[in-house]
Amino acid sequence: MKRFLGFVKKEFLHIFRDVRTMIILFGIPAVQILLFGFVVSTDLKNARVAFLDLSGDEMTQKISDKICSSGFFRRGENLLNSNDIDRVLRGNKIKAVIVYEKDFGRKLISEGRAAVSIIADGSEPNMATLTTNYLTAIIADFNRELAGRSAAKTLLVQPEVRMFYNPSLKGQFMFVPGVITLIMILICALMTSITITREKEFGTMEVLLVSPLKPLQIILGKVLPYFLLSFVDVIMILLLSWFVFGLPIKGSLLLLLAESMLYIFMSLSLGILISTAAKNMQQAIFISLVGMLLPAVLLSGFIFPIENMPKIYGWVSAVLPPRYFITIIKNIMIKGTGFLYVWKETLILMIFTLVFIGLSMKNFKIRLQ
Amino acid sequence: MKKAVESSGTGKKFGATQALKDISFVVNEGEIFGFIGPDGAGKTTLFRIITTLLLPDEGEMKVLGLDCRSGYKELRKNIGYMPGRFSLYQDLSVEENLHFYATVFGTTVEENYDLISGIYSHIEPFKKRLAGRLSGGMKQKLALSCALIHKPALLVLDEPTTGVDAVSRSEFWEMLKKLKPYNITIIVSTPYMDEAMKCDRVALIQDGQILSVDQPEKVRDGFSRKLFSVKAPEKYKLITALRSYPGISTAYPFGDAVHVTFKDDDFDDALYDYLDRMGITDVKITGTRAGIEDRFLELMGSKV
Repeated sequence: MKRFLGFVKKEFLHIFRDVRTMIILFGIPAVQILLFGFVVSTDLKNARVAFLDLSGDEMTQKISDKICSSGFFRRGENLLNSNDIDRVLRGNKIKAVIVYEKDFGRKLISEGRAAVSIIADGSEPNMATLTTNYLTAIIADFNRELAGRSAAKTLLVQPEVRMFYNPSLKGQFMFVPGVITLIMILICALMTSITITREKEFGTMEVLLVSPLKPLQIILGKVLPYFLLSFVDVIMILLLSWFVFGLPIKGSLLLLLAESMLYIFMSLSLGILISTAAKNMQQAIFISLVGMLLPAVLLSGFIFPIENMPKIYGWVSAVLPPRYFITIIKNIMIKGTGFLYVWKETLILMIFTLVFIGLSMKNFKIRLQ
Repeated sequence: MKKAVESSGTGKKFGATQALKDISFVVNEGEIFGFIGPDGAGKTTLFRIITTLLLPDEGEMKVLGLDCRSGYKELRKNIGYMPGRFSLYQDLSVEENLHFYATVFGTTVEENYDLISGIYSHIEPFKKRLAGRLSGGMKQKLALSCALIHKPALLVLDEPTTGVDAVSRSEFWEMLKKLKPYNITIIVSTPYMDEAMKCDRVALIQDGQILSVDQPEKVRDGFSRKLFSVKAPEKYKLITALRSYPGISTAYPFGDAVHVTFKDDDFDDALYDYLDRMGITDVKITGTRAGIEDRFLELMGSKV
């Protein structure tokens, strides 16, 4: 036990002495959270829209004013004919064009319906969806006001879009679970695999092997510091997102922390497995980054929904542990569901962990090759 | 006398390369045993087998009375190993390195301080310095302290003096001599022939095979020919001239001289005339005693 503690102490010294390690451990998570939260926001704010008003009456004026005073949109050009639509959209500044048909106001009063079309720039699918959703919602709101005044009959169809779980569609809420998931796999898998291969590369592993330390002691000694520090990281990310973005944790905090521990443990065992396979640090970094981080970013459902992927990618993503953790953490944090809803994913993570540990123990060499 | 290491017919292959072939030798308890040979001779591979880091493909290897295959757990408690690249943690200080190795081997620095004090006292003034910032000689001393800290029965040093200055090298051998009273068996490898003289016994090793095992003096006596030392101011010219002389058997550079053997074991005045014709003057020829290197070259030559 004394041997083991001595080893752990040495690992902590390595970590605290290396500026780069400290940056990766604590700098990157903080920067990531703030970056994703502020910059890569998917919220609409002051998006420019252009108007093509073929009617030019009181009603269309009212709708346009309502759109532009919403805070989401800003008034761009007023177009004169439909040929201009293509031109302004190509200009990239205008995100959508709103076209009122001829005699809009008159038709609305006499026939009870009038047409307004929203033409959005489809080259940015995310933006287009957001824009059209927001615009539809604003017009629907206008309908309600109108209906309230001329109480007699409903004038227009009233489409209602309501967002579940994230009513104002705040982007950060979606990113926090993703960032936790990625950071953990980055720190745990990458860092542990590097620290073990570093011993091989510097030749210190030779002496460790000739010492009475058991393989399990070496592995656990490597893992324990990172386990503790990663857990500190999770807490740091949660605190940051709570204080800076006001992210609520709807479900049980205890469950969330417990699941995070499981995930950290899983990532660590993956890191060990990588290190037993890699001959040097470069290989370890390559396997961790290209083999793990990239697929984790692209295929885990963090950025692109798994449902929309071609089937084959869906299958690939099924063997990526981050996918399950993202589901778990989103469920707990945003939907506020309990363990009953995530037990399947939890079980899968446990199985991953056991498999990784088993393989590493089998792969760990008590001798050189 | 008890045997610390006993090897019979040890062989090791890496793929198609035969790294070690039929290695047999005995190291007695408490002696300093040297393996002398050029780079790539197989010294490191042999040491890794002794320290249980590699398994031999053939033969028997007994270390401290234990089989190197089955007894590795017990052996690893009693071996001090210093690999060719000093295995120090560059980002830990001198003190931290020493304490770490002490803890890992289940002891404390205080407990065995007397054993390493002679060596460690040289670097103690720098104990707060990071190991990565030490000079080659100091790194070597620290690595030796770390390998000794658990009072091993067998100390295995793989080229401890390579890349270290001449002063530190001779200091290092003095330190090894001082370990004698503790009855620690020391196995050391080196590419430097002059260091061979400082061992109790040496094994000459080349291409994975042992050429000869004996006391250094006896290895020198094993030289079978009459050896002459030839000196002249222009050494390069001299050696090329000597090698093209018909009566010459071998001519190897040795310090500031050329060591020469003749086909009929002696020479006549014709050699002086020949060298004079070649424009080499001030030639001095004296009989000399063979060094380890001469014997090594002779053995290598006879093998071919």
